[in-house]
This record gives sequence, C-alpha cells and structure tokens, in this order.
Amino acid sequence: MTEKRIPELLVEPNKFCPGCGHGIINRVLAEVLEEMELADRAVGSLAVGCACLMMDTFGTDWIQAPHGRAAAVAVGVKRVRPECCVFTYQGDGDSMSIGFSETMYAAIRNENITAILVNNGIFGMTGGQMAPTSLPGQRTTTSPKGRDPELTGRPLNMINQMKQLSIGYLARGSVASAKDINKLKKYIRSAIETQMNGGYSMVEVLSPCPTNWKMNMESSLAHIENTVKSIFPVGEFVKNGERIDA
Amino acid sequence: MPRRLMKGNDALSEAAVRAGCRFFGGYPITPQSEILEYLSWRLPEAGGTFIQAESELSGINMVYGAAAAGFRAMTSSSGPGYSLLQEGISYIASAELPAVFIDVQRYGSGLGDIFQAQSDYWQATRGGGHGDYRTLVYAPASVQEGVDLIQVAFDKADQYRNPCQILSDASIAQMMEPVTLPEMHEHDPNADWAVRGKRGGDFKRVTSTMYYIEDFDAYIKNKYDVMAEQEQRWESVLVEDADLVLVAYGISSRICKEAVEIARAQGIRLGLLRPITLWPFPVKGFAEVNPDVKAYLSVELTSLPKMEDDVKLACEMKAPVEKFLGGANIPESTAIVERAVSILKEQR
Amino acid sequence: MAQSEKKNVCMTQNHDVCKGCGSCILQCPKNALSFSDTVNHKGYNVVDLDQEKCIQCAICYTVCPDYVFERVEAK
Repeated sequence: MTEKRIPELLVEPNKFCPGCGHGIINRVLAEVLEEMELADRAVGSLAVGCACLMMDTFGTDWIQAPHGRAAAVAVGVKRVRPECCVFTYQGDGDSMSIGFSETMYAAIRNENITAILVNNGIFGMTGGQMAPTSLPGQRTTTSPKGRDPELTGRPLNMINQMKQLSIGYLARGSVASAKDINKLKKYIRSAIETQMNGGYSMVEVLSPCPTNWKMNMESSLAHIENTVKSIFPVGEFVKNGERIDA
Repeated sequence: MPRRLMKGNDALSEAAVRAGCRFFGGYPITPQSEILEYLSWRLPEAGGTFIQAESELSGINMVYGAAAAGFRAMTSSSGPGYSLLQEGISYIASAELPAVFIDVQRYGSGLGDIFQAQSDYWQATRGGGHGDYRTLVYAPASVQEGVDLIQVAFDKADQYRNPCQILSDASIAQMMEPVTLPEMHEHDPNADWAVRGKRGGDFKRVTSTMYYIEDFDAYIKNKYDVMAEQEQRWESVLVEDADLVLVAYGISSRICKEAVEIARAQGIRLGLLRPITLWPFPVKGFAEVNPDVKAYLSVELTSLPKMEDDVKLACEMKAPVEKFLGGANIPESTAIVERAVSILKEQR
Repeated sequence: MAQSEKKNVCMTQNHDVCKGCGSCILQCPKNALSFSDTVNHKGYNVVDLDQEKCIQCAICYTVCPDYVFERVEAK
C-alpha cells in the first residue's frame, strides 16, 4: 500500500467546527491541485461565510470578494491570467442567494473557471439562518417553525439551473461517506481538467453542518444520506459539454 | 502629434487603453455607454479584455479580480449604476489595489434623468461606500483634460495602490473636441503583490489589508494624509486681485471662466478657482486668493449644495460663501456675472 | 501476526488537530477506532486507534475533516 499524506497546501489546521464537511472538501481540493501540479498557479476566490476561514489555512493565492461576488472576481483573474487555475469556493448562501446572478452568469458565459459550491442547507457563520437550499420543514433561526415552501419557495437546485446551459462540467457530490468522498475527488478533478481545457465547471457538494443542524455526527451523515440526497441527487450532470440525463 | 476630433467618452476610452488599461468590465447606462461601445472593440484589438457584465456589481468585481492579478483595469458608470459600484470600490480600496473608475454624472437621485449634472460629488469625494477610505478624484473640464487626467489616474493608482476616479459629466462626455492622444503605454502586470499563483513563493491573500497591517489606524490615516498633502491640483484664474472668486469644476467651470472674462471686460474683478482634484480638495489653491476677497461663489449643477461645504472649509469662512445651483441646466455665463455683481453689492 | 505478514504501512495520528467529531469511529470498517479518555489541548476527546485491528485502509484519512490521520511507511 502507498502512503497517504496530508497535502502540503493545507498549511495550518482548519478552523471549522467539529464534524464540518468543509475540512474534507478543502483536503480533496488540495489533493487534486497537487496531483495535477497546479498548486503553484492556483488562485482561489472566496467571499463571506465559513468558506472564508480557509484563506489562512489553504496555501494558494486568494482574493476575498464582496459577499456573493466571488465568481465575478474569479472571471476577472482568469481572463487576464488564463494560465492560472482559478476557482471559487463558496457556501450556498454566498453563491446561490446574494451571489446567484454572478454565479449563474459565469456559467452562462461558459467562463473557464471552476466553482465549488458547498451546500449545507444553512447560513453557518451567521448562526444558522435559512439558506436557499434549506429543506422544506427545516428548522433554522429564521424559520423556527420549519421552512414553509408556500412562503419561502422550494429549495434552490443549482444543478437544475445550470444543466441546460452550454458549459463544460457539472456534478454534485457529497462528503457523507468514504465512497462519496472518493467520487467527489473524481468530480473535482474532472472539473479542474475541464477548466484547463476550456469551459465552465461546477461541483456542488452536500456537506454536514452539525453545529447549526443541531445534530451529532451520526445523525448528520444519516440526514445527508436519507433526506438531503432525495432532494439534491448526487452524480455527474454535464460532462465534456454533454448533458447526462441520469 | 496630430490632433483628432473625438467625443469625450471615446477619447477617455482611447486614453485609458493608451495608459495601459487592459481590462474593462461594465454595464450600459446613459450617458456613459459609449465607453463600453468603444472598448468592446478597442480592448481586444490592444490585446486586452472587455466584458459586458450582467450588472455593475459584477463588472466592478471583475475589475477587482483583474486588478488583484496586476493588470490595469477600469470600469465606468453613471448615476444609479455608480451607486452599485460603491460596494466594490470600498472593497478595492480596502484591499489597497490600483484601479480606475469613471462616473459620467447625470442628474438627480433615484432614476433621475440623463441630463448633465454634478450630482455625485459627495459619493465621489466622501467615499461613497462603507468604511474608512478615500479615492483620488479627478474632474476634467474638457475632452483633452480627460485624456490627460486618466493617464495620471492610472499612475497615481499604482503609486498609492488605491483606486482613483474620473468624475466626468454628460456634457464633457458627449461633446466633441480636438484632442492630442498620448503614445501607447504597456504596463507590467507582474508586481510582487499581483495574484497569479504562488509560483514557488509564499501564498498571497488579497483582502482588507487591516487584517495584516500592525497599527492599521495610524497607517491608513497617514496614507490618506500624504495623498491629501501631495495630490491637490487646481487652476486659478485672476484670483490674486479678485473681489469675488468663483469656485467650479468640470462643465460649470467652463461657464465660470467665460463669466470671469465678461466681468473683467466690465471692470468687475471676478476670479475663478477650478478644482482639478475634488479629493483632495485643493485647499492650497485658496492661499493664492486675494486676502481681501469679499466673497466666494460656489457654482454647481446640483439641486442641493455639495461642493459648497468644501469651499467653506477651504477658505475657513474668512469671506462669505454663496452658492449658485444650476440643477440640470448649464447656466448662462451672464447669469453668473449678474449674481456675482449682486453679491458684491450686498457686501459693500 | 506472523513476521512474513508484517505491514509495510501504518496509520498515524496527530491528536493535536482532532476535534472529536467521531466521524472516523462511525466509518471505520474494522471498529479499530474508539473515543479515548484523553483530552487534547483544545479540549476535545481524541480517538484511540487499535493497531491490531487496523487494516490501513485509510478510510479514517478520507473521512476525517481535520487531518488527524496519515498512512505512512512502517518503520
């Protein structure tokens, strides 16, 4: 068996809560960038929310955008420095609520960037408010009786928004099990490969927030497996510019 | 150098390209849209990038990215769109990046209208967005001066690592005048702070510099104090012996210059102090004014006074400061002379 | 374990970075992991690894959000 070492890009321990999925997604992204020998010319764009905690612990160049605008900032970098691997790393509130327009239009223009959108169904950093991806009935600090779709709409499925566009790659993964994490790594690798060959790529990741879900680790993982996945199916949806209708 | 007849917006765009600007992300709005139209073909021709963004919010953040990557980058807007730029301007200033923004001022709050006006003085000079920052604000009074000042704006943005603004207006932007254009300048994007992957070095973080600078309050105050001291620009016309000094910038200063000529021909001692930088306001220019000046008249194309505050501060109220507000209408130079004469009568 | 089957790799742990979420314990296929009575400097209960039960599959490396585990060459 071969060694499995923590990627050098993870320059410090992460600052996320216990059981948070961000740490796993950070590590998978670091592994892919190192294996593809892109760590030295990678530029990340993030904004506000728990994602921004990785700016000090994940050793690529970073730009911190205004809340929601990470995709626009990434586009600015990639257009002037096409040799760089430019990615956004954002939560669902940042990328799908306040930043919906910037996220979508980067895809509509098929910009050569990779978007990593972390879907944990909640605003984590601000203390557990309802997100566009919160599930019907989900109790949050701004939906204390449970999310009411009659008042707040249905959970936003970003994959469905994007899959009719002319883009390079689109997938949704999860960190709920080792099997899912290994698949997620393949998705992120395909996404980065797509960018470097030309084309927009997005990977949404279902991720637990035990702190704000008010669940332990076991319940959090089971919740993704049994409930979240039924509303947000995992898999590849666009590959090599071709739509895969699962 | 041959002179060419060019529209204000077109000349400003060409001058930006010749200043080394290689990125523009922006959104159409009258009376600024010619800048997008011109750069949509001119930037690709010069090896640069033009993006018609989905909104001003997106456009300015594309500029943020390109500027962080070390390239000379710019956006432009007007009135309502200029409000949308303010979030990004605050972030770019906070990250201490160079970039240039053009506001082609139009009239009114809310939707307002597309007439020429000078309504955005406070947004431009007081920060506009949230927090503690300033931008150097240049106010051209002619097409040629816009061409000259945008070169200065890009250089000063680099020198101070701070955004700079051109505060134009619908008249200067839409009129055609003969201009002499500068030579093409290529800008080196590989500054040591430019984000382009760490390439063997330490990784770089572009965000509010307050996170990484010790004694930040003193640092940032000193930065803007130095700019305020070093960067004042103005033109003074016959202020040394003036009984009344007009203060006006941009399009209204041209009318005021004519008013000075008319008044002087009649033996009325009028002068003009024309701020070229609005921030920093050219306080030093007021030292040139006749110490026995009887009054100042601040002339602005606004409904409510704005620059008048700066005139009062600059002259330390050693003489009364009156105002002439044009709204969306460029006043007749004779109307300004009449007003000056009536003020001087009251002061006797 | 016979000498001939000596493992060429082993799992190591960095207890300092553990936040005690227990995800590794839940997902270890050999039940080789369990909460320890030891508390690290952050105040979290760290995880004990039973090297006898461990098969070095590195699922703990994969699922750990905090980079506690590595698979390294056995000395």
